[in-house]
Amino acid sequence: MSVVEGRNLIRDYYVPGSLTRAAKMVRAVKGISFSVDRGKTLAIVGESGSGKSTLARIIALIDPASGGELLIDGKPVDIGKARLTREMRSKVQMVFQNPYGSLNPRQKIGDVLMEPLLLNTDTPAAERRRRAEEMLAKVGLPPEVFNRYPHMFSGGQRQRIAIARALMLNPTLLVLDEPVSALDLSVQAQVLNLLADLQDEFNLAYVFISHDLSVVRYIADDVLVMNKGEAVEQGSREEVFADPRHPYTRELFAATPVTDIEAIRERVARRKALRAAMA
Amino acid sequence: MALLTIRNLTVRFATSTGSFTAVDGIDVTVDKGEVLAIVGESGSGKSVSMLAAMGLLPDTATVTADEMTFDGQDLLRMTPRQRRRIIGREITMIFQEPIASLNPSFTTGYQIEEVLRFNAGLSKRAARARALELFRQVGIPDPEEKLKSYPHQMSGGQCQRVMIAMAIATGPRLLIADEPTTALDVTIQKQILDLLMKLQEQTGMALILITHDMGVVAETADRVQVQYKGRKMEEADVLTLFEAPSHPYTRALLSALPENATGDRLPTVGSFLEPEVQP
Repeated sequence: MSVVEGRNLIRDYYVPGSLTRAAKMVRAVKGISFSVDRGKTLAIVGESGSGKSTLARIIALIDPASGGELLIDGKPVDIGKARLTREMRSKVQMVFQNPYGSLNPRQKIGDVLMEPLLLNTDTPAAERRRRAEEMLAKVGLPPEVFNRYPHMFSGGQRQRIAIARALMLNPTLLVLDEPVSALDLSVQAQVLNLLADLQDEFNLAYVFISHDLSVVRYIADDVLVMNKGEAVEQGSREEVFADPRHPYTRELFAATPVTDIEAIRERVARRKALRAAMA
Repeated sequence: MALLTIRNLTVRFATSTGSFTAVDGIDVTVDKGEVLAIVGESGSGKSVSMLAAMGLLPDTATVTADEMTFDGQDLLRMTPRQRRRIIGREITMIFQEPIASLNPSFTTGYQIEEVLRFNAGLSKRAARARALELFRQVGIPDPEEKLKSYPHQMSGGQCQRVMIAMAIATGPRLLIADEPTTALDVTIQKQILDLLMKLQEQTGMALILITHDMGVVAETADRVQVQYKGRKMEEADVLTLFEAPSHPYTRALLSALPENATGDRLPTVGSFLEPEVQP
């Protein structure tokens, strides 16, 4: 059974008018369907304005959908109609793009990690502390960071903290919105490795939002390519990368810079010829 | 002959906790008509070294160098007045955030005409005509209208085109582009890189491209300089760098690229660099 399933999800935004402009509705997500199984990763790829983050917020139960159906563990959830239960909140967690903005600067790391338990469970204090310390170890941070503040950490370490916080409630689904795009290449590799390890350990389902095709190719099982609110291409990683069908997907692939030696050799030769012609 | 020569450049910043060395004995040379890529992660000093050459660092920075010459003229010992005749005319620069680089209170047309009048010495009328010509050259759609637009009315890609138009307005012999496409979508990134390379080939100006993206390096550079923590790790022509990188740090960076992943795990830079990097 799928951990999460979307059926024809739609999201409209109301754009208020002004003196010179009439109010209008903008459809940011135009009917998208997908499903993700336990232990699997669905990557949602798109450029700015494609609606990928809007969709992420719907899946993460932050914003309600304007239409369509969202099922978590087979049960329909509509946060627009009924208050979200603690149980549902525990099942789905989110990690945001900017680790500098997503941690409260006045909250110690230990409190960051214990807060989800405090809000959503009846775990006693001592137990909350024990589980937070355990989680720190799992994401590769030493126990002494417990009493430190976010500003004392690098971007990669902060993203580890944000991931640890998301895992405190033993979720089955993690929505990751561009979790490595703010990080340096070397740190990006560490965080991607960590995510792969955690997925294996907890049998997590990931919805991984990204604009970076090389990261998607590395981490995804299934790929959904979005453009202007629509899913223009959907399939397994192998299918999409081997044989992209939609022109937009092809354009995206063609635009992504690659470090292919033959391509470099060709380019260098062309530049040499051009210079010789100019001289 | 080298167009820009910098030898043993050191930049220190006075901070509340003492002096911090951001650039530690870096050499940079770029020849006429050459594309040099300076690659590194955050903190590598790649931007600071170029800002030092431009004289754009704040007063807290101490810049020392054995040599800093542009086309035989000594940049270290000239008066500010002489320097201004080179900076902004012979050497120009574009930055990562195109929207933030433009003044939000003036139209883009006004801003480029300002450059043309003060740095190229054109009359108001001539500047207007030349601005239109430059907007056409950098591929801004509907250029007459866009000259009257404010930066917030344009997309990030268009603003970067405006910045490029301003940077080439004086017919510079060296253009320094500091992460010019990092804030842009991949399809727009490709357009901007193609534009920069086309202009470089048409005008024969030298181009220094500061980037963290190995893919961008592979698709643009003639020669590459790899920096880490304010020091130069390796310098090579682009083909050699990708085919046979000699420094462990370069090898680590290349293997941390998700597109080069061979197994389940990505090698991380840390695993190559123990215990300390030796340049």
